Amino acid sequence: MARLRPQAPVMTGAAVVGLVVNPVAGLGGTAGLKGSDGVEVQRAALARGATPRAGERAARAVRTLMARRPGIRVLTVPGQMGEDSARAAGVPCDLIRTPSADRSAGAASGWSAAGTSAEDTRRAVAALAGVDLLLFAGGDGTARDVLDAVRALGGQAPPVLGVPAGVKVYSGCFAVSPAAAGFVAAEFDPARTAEAEVVDLDEDAYRRGLVSPRLYGSLRVPAVRTALSGRKAGSSGVASATAEGVAREVVARMRLGVRYVLGPGATTRAVGRALGLATTLLGVDVVERTPEGGRGGRLVAADVAETELFGLVSGKESVLVLSVVGGQGFVLGRGNQQVSPRVLDAVLDGGRFGPGERLLVLATQQKLAALKGRPLLADSGDEDLDKKLGGHVQVITGYRESTIYRICAASEEFDR
Amino acid sequence: MNTTESFAELPVTPKPPLRRFHQARWDEPIIFELSAPGRRGIAVPEPGAPRVELPDSVSRAQPPKLPEMSQLHVLRHYLRLSQENLGADLNIDVGQGTCTMKYSPKVNDRFAAAIAELHPLQHEDTVQGVLEIYWRLERMLGEISGMARVSLQPGSGSAAIYANIAMIRAYHAARGEARRDQVITTMFSHPSNAACAKTAGYEVITLMPDADGLPDIEALRAAVGPRTAALMITNPEDTGIFNPRIREFVDLVHEAGGLACYDQANANGILGITRARDAGFDLCHFNLHKTFSTPHACGGPAAGACGVSEDLAPFLPGPVVAFDGESYHLETPPASIGKVRPFLGVTPNIVRAYAWIMALGAEGLRQVAETAVLNNNYLMHKILQIPGASAPWDRRRVEQVRYSWQELSEQTGVHSEEIGVRAADFGVHYWTSHHPYVVPEPFTLEPTESYSKEDLDEYALILAHVAEEARRDPEFVKGAPYNQTVHKIDMTPLDDPKEWAPTWRAYVRKHLS
Repeated sequence: MARLRPQAPVMTGAAVVGLVVNPVAGLGGTAGLKGSDGVEVQRAALARGATPRAGERAARAVRTLMARRPGIRVLTVPGQMGEDSARAAGVPCDLIRTPSADRSAGAASGWSAAGTSAEDTRRAVAALAGVDLLLFAGGDGTARDVLDAVRALGGQAPPVLGVPAGVKVYSGCFAVSPAAAGFVAAEFDPARTAEAEVVDLDEDAYRRGLVSPRLYGSLRVPAVRTALSGRKAGSSGVASATAEGVAREVVARMRLGVRYVLGPGATTRAVGRALGLATTLLGVDVVERTPEGGRGGRLVAADVAETELFGLVSGKESVLVLSVVGGQGFVLGRGNQQVSPRVLDAVLDGGRFGPGERLLVLATQQKLAALKGRPLLADSGDEDLDKKLGGHVQVITGYRESTIYRICAASEEFDR
Repeated sequence: MNTTESFAELPVTPKPPLRRFHQARWDEPIIFELSAPGRRGIAVPEPGAPRVELPDSVSRAQPPKLPEMSQLHVLRHYLRLSQENLGADLNIDVGQGTCTMKYSPKVNDRFAAAIAELHPLQHEDTVQGVLEIYWRLERMLGEISGMARVSLQPGSGSAAIYANIAMIRAYHAARGEARRDQVITTMFSHPSNAACAKTAGYEVITLMPDADGLPDIEALRAAVGPRTAALMITNPEDTGIFNPRIREFVDLVHEAGGLACYDQANANGILGITRARDAGFDLCHFNLHKTFSTPHACGGPAAGACGVSEDLAPFLPGPVVAFDGESYHLETPPASIGKVRPFLGVTPNIVRAYAWIMALGAEGLRQVAETAVLNNNYLMHKILQIPGASAPWDRRRVEQVRYSWQELSEQTGVHSEEIGVRAADFGVHYWTSHHPYVVPEPFTLEPTESYSKEDLDEYALILAHVAEEARRDPEFVKGAPYNQTVHKIDMTPLDDPKEWAPTWRAYVRKHLS
């Protein structure tokens, strides 16, 4: 596989990168809300102890960008929608005022979910139309708002690049990590762009367990396919049959007295089914085996938020059972933000088993093959923790079948 | 052949500028449908041979339910069938996926035909010549692989691999190490390795290729341990890439207490150049049909050979042939996994393989490998000049290459399978069994030593022509074939057990009654 290597600056020192941050992106993830669309969901997330993360992830992207291209100018809007992230990265920036951004700036003393809306994202993108490249931090919903704004700009629209910060990051316009976004922005060649699909799920249906992805359109992005996460790929019918075998293998490995954290996905749900439990398709559930064996299992808690999950695994022998996001390779940080750094830390560092036994990764062999040699990715939100996971993991691909596969921190994958 | 002349009379557009080919079409019935009561062929007795009446004890109570045919009708039937396919005697079949297809000299069939006169239950005193061939071939294959002992009992392919995994299981059990329940294999080893290990009760761990297309040795380090029973690996793998670090792989597995088993299905390019035992392997197998020029199996009468180190010799499937200095005897190794085929296996193919090796000699075998490698790399050079064709991993190959039409497919919407079907219109073929589909839009070509430079030029020209057709008129390529006996085949019955009829009786039961 070709590796991207540092090259001569492509954008001139006077190039301008725009920055738009959706500060509420990702809020619902740790809260187990599967998304952050709508003020009610954002309030609910805050009530469940969620904290914003988009601003910090945007700052990480800007930090990487400026380290590689100190001469680039950053143009953004005031407050949480950009300025705060640039300042957190220690970067001087130029500001364009928009009414919504001013509102968001007014709330700077304390974070306010009510500060911004989708319309504000669209306005900010329109205000930054003249930049050479627009970085936006958010999830699939934010990508849709950016797409709307870009369409309104017509031929004047700049190429864009997503900094992954949402709960759902399934569109193809996102870099694999914030650091990768900064790297790609730094190496951006205006002559080399490509179209990337924007997809999103109906969040209300999603929360009811219905996955209905919809293609909204495409955005022009830097043509560096290996550093973009790629659109999430679905599973085939054959894969769903294989999931039953994978589930049998997981159940066979389960030990009494250990808590198993089942991440979202059809494969992990098959594990619940194999135990005779009605686990959720998209939530994070905690199960245990019961002594009677066979299909005996106990649903400790269903569809848990991060705080509840942390309480359930702290000081308790636990194992994470996570599936791979098809086409992208993410194991952590996409759709399962409930498995936060502190949850991950509690599981990996506690208990009697070896580290390799505390994380069970599930995938079909077709899913691994479709990654075309790219590693599995961890983007838990704590880079050091993600790096600790790096190396080779045993991915369960069927009953009594596994594949040894490389996993690395998403922040380290940007140079591939 | 004038490869630039187009055939104006051909009922296709555009006219192909290549060798004209069109399959015969006979609407040929199944042989059972051709049967007529009382029709007979004539078996003329050998001059001077006495007529022998069989005793009732060995006679059938009822005659066998064979089709009743005259000799001429049988001949016509099979000649027609042979004209309705892309048989190996008619076309350039360098693209049989992972199956080596080489020329089987017709003269060897004459030797094999003589074996038909023998009966598998004859006393060994009466078949000394055949046993000598077995004994000598076992030693030849031992020399070629470096292994201490060889058994010609197993069938080829999966049957031989299963015999190997059965020996591995027996070996560990005999040492009180039955806890070793994991078998490691690689993504591009033949899937039979994983399948046989799984069937034998093992947990299978697969290694993915690294950035260079070689099995990831770091993944192997992560996989080996006290549960490792064996590494089962193909080298070169089905990508055509030879793993130069194979000794390290073997050593890592040995250090963990496991055995190393070499799937030599791709041995055609390494004959006389490398040996399994020299790389430290404990077991290996050959497919005689692939490497030693006997008819291809396809579930039929193929022959294999399992070779093992001295330590594993007691577990070999039997019988094997022993020689006491005067005569040959059948014997079963002391801890044998048992018989894995009826009688002595497929003796005609043993004779063919023996004749082929004897005809070539040691130098000839090496020349086979060198020519196969040269042919392969020549063809690779030609194929990679076709716009839209590529081969992942920029490395030299041994006897085959897994190519990709990904670029062409992205540009035209035409898939590899469709290109293969269209190529069949020119009398050549490749098929697309390239599991697992890690290489997108794959096609695997393996020219072997059998083909001339002109053959390879023609093959590459045909693929280049079809690729160009795909750019000019993708729907035309997707509509192929145009020159075959059968147009598009409906594959859906293959997924429906109710439709299957593996025998004539099953067909009658399911579809005619």
